[in-house]
Order: sequence, then C-alpha cells, then structure tokens
Amino acid sequence: MSRNPYVRPMSKTTWYLRNGRFRIYALREVTCLLVGFYAFLSIFALRALWQGADSWNAFLASQQSTPMVVFHAFALVYFFIYQTVGWFQLAPKAMPLMMGEKKVAASTIVLGHYLVWALVSLFLLWFVGVI
Amino acid sequence: MAIAKKALVWGLFAAGGTVSSFLFPFLIALFLLVALGATPEGLQYETIRGFASSWLGKLTVFGVLFLSLWHAAHRLRVVCHDFGIRADGAVAVIVYSLATVGTLLAAWYLLAIS
Repeated sequence: MSRNPYVRPMSKTTWYLRNGRFRIYALREVTCLLVGFYAFLSIFALRALWQGADSWNAFLASQQSTPMVVFHAFALVYFFIYQTVGWFQLAPKAMPLMMGEKKVAASTIVLGHYLVWALVSLFLLWFVGVI
Repeated sequence: MAIAKKALVWGLFAAGGTVSSFLFPFLIALFLLVALGATPEGLQYETIRGFASSWLGKLTVFGVLFLSLWHAAHRLRVVCHDFGIRADGAVAVIVYSLATVGTLLAAWYLLAIS
C-alpha cells in the first residue's frame, strides 16, 4: 500500500444523494420510522381500549382530521412501494427455494408473496367488516 | 457484537420486516378509514374489545407489535449510522429502550383488557 492512499472524498451525511440506487436504499430504510409510528399509535389505541368505551370512542374521534387522512394515504402508498414491494423483491435472494434439484424461479417466489399478501389483506378486510 | 446476539437481533429484524410488509398496509388502511370517519364494524368498541379479550387476539396483536417494534429499532439504528450519526452505542441504547418500552406497554395493556 502506498504511503498516501487516495481516499475518495465522501460525505458521511449526504452520500446517498449521489446515486439513484443509494437514494432508493435510503428511501427504503426510512420506512422503519413509519413502522415505529404505527406500532406506537396502535399501543396508544390499546391504552384507550383498556380504559373503556368512552376513551375508545374519544380516541376514534381524535383520529378524524384532514391532515391525518392525507398522512395515512401518503404513508399507505409510501410503505407499500418501499417496504412491502422492496421486501418481497428481496425474498428470493434472502431465502432461495429448491424443488428437488431445481431452483424455484425468483419471479415465482415474488409472485407467491404478492398472492399471500393479497389473500391475507382480503381476509383481514373481511374480518373487520370492510368488505 | 457476539455472534449469538447478532443472530437474535437479525432474526427479530427479519421476522418483523416480514410481518410488517404483509400486515402494515392493512393496519395503515384501518387508520385511514378511521381518519375518514368510516370506522369499520370490527373497530366498534364491543367488537374490538371482544377480540382483544380472546387469547388468540391478544397473542396476535402482541406478536405483530413486538416483532414490528424490534424490526423498526434495529433498522433505525443502521439508518442513524447511514445518515452520519456515528455514536452507535448511544443510538443502540435509545432505539432498543424504545422497543422495550413499547413491548412492555403492549403486553401490559393487552393483559389488562379483559
């Protein structure tokens, strides 16, 4: 190694803005903030449920607002694109499947995930009485 | 980090990522419906209370929240590093503490609902 190796200058705080792939990586990783937000919002809902009918209905009423509609709609689209789709795309790389001697095609594994997701979501929507 | 600890953290991260990928679009859609004032039948007090009183309901809700919290905590720790916060020890304490508090609160409320 030379005494003065060249180190490419790289910002520690904005490096992911240099390249489209890095940007997608950063946009995907920050979905963890949405996971945390909705987990704690659900825990807050559990607290209201534990306190009784009045608290529960007050909680539901407190959630009704135009800013929250916009936020949830944005979060739904963002989360689906960057977390759900991203996670399903990675699934065949994280756990490749063998059928006998043959590898299952990556597209089959990804498609299987979407199918299960659709069935689970439809079941849950039916379960809570939306459909 | 010791290998055993790493496997545990990664196991929770992967399980939480899978659970949240499958279920959070539904969860967010529920909150969207509530925000619109179109609260579904399943979220009316008697119905949701009945669900949360059953052991199946308690275990399901706890499992989803527990895994999602630890997934988010571990990913947030890495995100902090990526965005230039290099105090990994302090970050780890903060995010894992938050996940622990969330886990305990979820368990407490679920057990208290009868």
